[in-house]
Amino acid sequence: MLKLLPLIPLFPLVSSVLLMVTTGKMPKRLVAILGAGSVGLSALTTLLVGLAFMESGQPHHQVLWTWMQVGTFSPDIAFYLDGLTLVMMSVITGVGFLIHLFSTEFMEEDVSYSRYFAYLNMFVFAMLILVMADNLLLLYLGWEGVGVCSYLLVGFWYQNPDNGLAARKAFVVTRVGDTAMALGLFLLFTELGTLDIQPMAAAANSQWQVGDTLPVLACLLLLGGAVGKSAQLPLHTWLPDAMAGPTPVSALIHAATMVTAGVYLIARTHELFLLAPPAMLAVALVGLITSLMAAFTALVQHDIKRILAYSTISQIGYMFLALGVGAWTAGIFHLMTHAFFKALLFLGAGAVIHCLHHEHNIFKMGGLRTRLPVAFWSFLIGSAALAALPFTSGFFSKDMILLQAYELPGAGPWLWAGGLLGALLTAIYSFRLVFVVFFGEAKTEPDRQPGLRMAVPLTLLCVLAIIGGWFALPLADVFPVAGEHHPSHLIEGISIAIPLIGLVLAYLIFLSGQLKIDGLVNSSLGRTLKKFWFSGWAMDLLYDRLLVRPYKGLAYMLRGEWVDVIYNSIVKVCQMLFVGLSHTQTGRLRWYATSMVFGVIVVIALLLGVI
Amino acid sequence: MDGVSIPLDHVLLLSALLFICGLLGLMMRRNVIFILISLEVMLNSSAVAFVAAGARWGQADGQVIFMLILAVAAAEVAVGLGLVIQIQRRFKSLDMDDADRLRG
Amino acid sequence: MVLVNLILILLAGGVIAWLAERQHPLLPRWIALFTILFDLGYFLVYMSDLSWSQIAIVPNPSDAATWLFHYKAEWIPRFGISFELAMDGLSLLMVLLTLVLGAVAVSSSWTDIKQRTGFFEANLLWTLAGVLGVFLALDLFLFFLFWEVMLVPMYLMIAIWGHEGRGYASMKFFIFTQVSGLMMLLAILALVMLNHSSTGVYSFSYFDLLDHKVGGDIAYYLMLGFFVAFLVKLPGFPFHTWLPDAHTQAPTAGSVILAGILLKTGAYGLIRFVVPLFPNEALAFSPIAMGLGVAGIIYGAVLALGQDDFKRLVAYSSVSHMGFVLLGVFAWNALALQGAVMQMIAHGFSTAALFMIAGSLQERMHTRDMSKMSGLWQNMPRMGAVAMFFALASLGLPGLGNFVAEFLVLVGLFAVAPWVAAVAALGLIVAAIYSLMMMQRAFQGKPDEGRRFPDYGFREMLTMTVMIVGLIWLGLYPQPVLDTAQPVLDSLMQMVGSVTEPTKVAGLMP
Repeated sequence: MLKLLPLIPLFPLVSSVLLMVTTGKMPKRLVAILGAGSVGLSALTTLLVGLAFMESGQPHHQVLWTWMQVGTFSPDIAFYLDGLTLVMMSVITGVGFLIHLFSTEFMEEDVSYSRYFAYLNMFVFAMLILVMADNLLLLYLGWEGVGVCSYLLVGFWYQNPDNGLAARKAFVVTRVGDTAMALGLFLLFTELGTLDIQPMAAAANSQWQVGDTLPVLACLLLLGGAVGKSAQLPLHTWLPDAMAGPTPVSALIHAATMVTAGVYLIARTHELFLLAPPAMLAVALVGLITSLMAAFTALVQHDIKRILAYSTISQIGYMFLALGVGAWTAGIFHLMTHAFFKALLFLGAGAVIHCLHHEHNIFKMGGLRTRLPVAFWSFLIGSAALAALPFTSGFFSKDMILLQAYELPGAGPWLWAGGLLGALLTAIYSFRLVFVVFFGEAKTEPDRQPGLRMAVPLTLLCVLAIIGGWFALPLADVFPVAGEHHPSHLIEGISIAIPLIGLVLAYLIFLSGQLKIDGLVNSSLGRTLKKFWFSGWAMDLLYDRLLVRPYKGLAYMLRGEWVDVIYNSIVKVCQMLFVGLSHTQTGRLRWYATSMVFGVIVVIALLLGVI
Repeated sequence: MDGVSIPLDHVLLLSALLFICGLLGLMMRRNVIFILISLEVMLNSSAVAFVAAGARWGQADGQVIFMLILAVAAAEVAVGLGLVIQIQRRFKSLDMDDADRLRG
Repeated sequence: MVLVNLILILLAGGVIAWLAERQHPLLPRWIALFTILFDLGYFLVYMSDLSWSQIAIVPNPSDAATWLFHYKAEWIPRFGISFELAMDGLSLLMVLLTLVLGAVAVSSSWTDIKQRTGFFEANLLWTLAGVLGVFLALDLFLFFLFWEVMLVPMYLMIAIWGHEGRGYASMKFFIFTQVSGLMMLLAILALVMLNHSSTGVYSFSYFDLLDHKVGGDIAYYLMLGFFVAFLVKLPGFPFHTWLPDAHTQAPTAGSVILAGILLKTGAYGLIRFVVPLFPNEALAFSPIAMGLGVAGIIYGAVLALGQDDFKRLVAYSSVSHMGFVLLGVFAWNALALQGAVMQMIAHGFSTAALFMIAGSLQERMHTRDMSKMSGLWQNMPRMGAVAMFFALASLGLPGLGNFVAEFLVLVGLFAVAPWVAAVAALGLIVAAIYSLMMMQRAFQGKPDEGRRFPDYGFREMLTMTVMIVGLIWLGLYPQPVLDTAQPVLDSLMQMVGSVTEPTKVAGLMP
């Protein structure tokens, strides 16, 4: 059964290629069957392989062929299956299938239906390669592959130049991180002599001591790649703009799977990170700061998708925090639960947008509770999980992270406190969204109801968002076992209470209106702060002034090719010589005769040695 | 040969003077006829030098060269006068400075 | 004789194509296509006799018998000039690339050329013949002869069938190549003279000259003579300025050949002549050469972004990509060297395809100005998809040939000079910027609804498919190419191994 492993990425690949080759010629029905069916098949195969894996309990390694072999550099096209891979594959194919199913209805009116599914399937393929790769180079292939698919899907409606800009921004910003990661690969290969993850970890453990410079450097470079892909500080600016793509794409790529690739990368190379405590601390700090910053930003946005985008950035920050404090399992656990509830939220948002004539502004919605019940329940459950209300899936994973952060010697309690603040903000902004969109008076009437192919994935994701917290992940063999935790009941109590406080606050501010914050908001400080947060802490502006404009200016300045000045000046000198010498060509016989005579005199004088 | 022998130096001096006369004429006169005459003078000055040198060394080569120079001068005059006629026809003048079409 | 025939077939095909124009103006293109395919078939038939074990023999550079093919005939024995051709794995790859891209070039100019079709195809075939000669000649005099032979017909192609500024561009191309060729000729003559003074025999043969290396300061200058000639052709910063002009003005087939094949003669020359003939001097020079390579990568990429002209953009991207070749050759590392060879091939495909797309746009829209294009994807989805593929290849997407090449160069370089590699890696970022900008400006954005252009047809899609498949193959299973080049590079590393210490990262590593 384990031998079926390569089939899992093969299905979407074949489907994608078929769809590309036959673009526009296939009937939509067939496109839908092929597009969603291929991922469904992958999900089924994953289930089979997963069962077989559970039986054997051993990591499975399968080499397809040698990619390239030059001297000792010989990465294979090879897959590696262990508990971590299995979790990721299940999320990708499972949630991926639901989102594909949702898309078949959501995109039905689009003329480029088959192009959409071609890209989406290609994405699933690349993402599967990313998580199944047994060496970092193949992982890099998947890594860049998902980046390209993300670029193509964000810019899916290419007729609007803004979408193109968002797509390019997404690709180029992540490419900055990717390049750092590539340098990390160079360093790892140069030092350890291999890019295969398992032997590499062994070599690192035997060659390096905890706290050496090289592992820190290598891990920081890998972290560079991870922050790019996972939209963490300082490379997070692309994700909110990436919401220009179709909403199911945002659900799949920019919430559930691709943006968590950075988390996966760090978890996959955790043995390197264990050798580099400073890098671990950097991961934790990046995660914490990002999660707080994004939560503040999410508080003041009014585009429904941007709120969710910032919330994604914030939640991935939690995962980074988990990785940084060594709570590997908790991080991956949160990755999975986040994939469930964030996909649910995005698809719910998609349903709202779909039924509301592509309206994105939450203040133009309202009162949708009775009008769009499916979307309402999805949002309610999703937001509860996002806010980590007790007994939802998000509660278990976030609780695990916070408690383990608390346990970290030294900075632990600070990290824990920061995380709590983030949790409070998360509860506030997520229920602000629910209360504004679904309660109050109706401002826009929905013109349709979500059909079966939208409702079924939403319902299934609702179930997953609730029960996801009870899943036992097969990660025991992958990560080092964490010590037993005995946090005091007070700490645990606070962790449970904080989201509830947030919920109450959100209720008082946004629904009942008992807590008046208008005065605070309209004070000059409040307005400045709001503007600052709304712009995403002015990071876009900063990068625009610091990098984008100077670079464009440089390109514009140099476009005329200044190197040619050298060659043109040679030409100029030749021309001047020509003009000068042509003056001697008078056409007068006497002048020629005279100059000849003088020439002869000079030559004779030279010969006689007079001169 | 008895009798008065003219010293070679004198002849060479004469030859040089004649050559310089011709050269100055060539360099200064604008009329194409005078240019041709100057050329003739220069040719003949060298011819005198050859004859004198032949006499000095008692060799016939000097006279041989003199004959050659005569032939060259004749040919040159033939071509030169042809050119004079063409120049007169084209430029309606014998001033060589008018014929400066090769000016750069 | 196989090698001689390869060249003769192309030369003869050119003459026939020229004469055939009188029969019918469309006949020459069929003749040209047939000639190239016949040449390719002929070559493949002879190559199929080779076994992998033969290819895997590390050629001894001073023993012609260890090479795959060798042919030698007396030519001007008095000066030691002979008609000597030989082939090893590297030239084999280059010959294959030349013939495949030659066929692509004929296809790309299928409907493009309206006047003097026979003479055009003749020039195309003669250029190819010259290039094959360059890749095969191992007598330095003969090499120089072919170096000039490939120049003249190329010049004519630009000067006669080029676009609006063809006079300036063709002259610039000619002068740059000619002046740098002169330097190489002087270096060749000086090398032969020095060899004569030490051995008493005149010989232009590569094998003889390898055996008696010159030393001292003079060798450094001779190395520079060769280096400049090849750097101009590559083209390396700062001698690249002829390239954007020549590419922009050349007809499509000219651009395809220029970018796909002619540039590779420069890289080939570096690997074949500069490093083996002057290993010590080249090593001493390598910091400067690497600096030029990095400068080319960044500079080309920055300027590519600033262009409005589609072809100029692609031309500058070539400057950027060929910088990786320069880095790979002068990194003195087996991985980087393999990367350089891969880059020669992969860049040949990707850039040739981009120039074909530029040519198709020019043919349909009569402009190359991207500010006048927008949303062409809607008008021509197939062309858009193809362009997207090659733009992605050009920015180094893993799974395609260019990535393998650039990764190998960088990973090899990193072991030698990590900081240089780090700066060169910036090229990956800036390549993404200009490639995607090109897609945005030409194919995305608001379409002009009134426009109707024919999308790619069967012939164009077939040609593009060949190159797409080629790039994917190079990207996912480059092993045959690597294995073919490996023995040659091994022998090169052996040659330079005597002068280099095993490289360990300076500064960064313990």
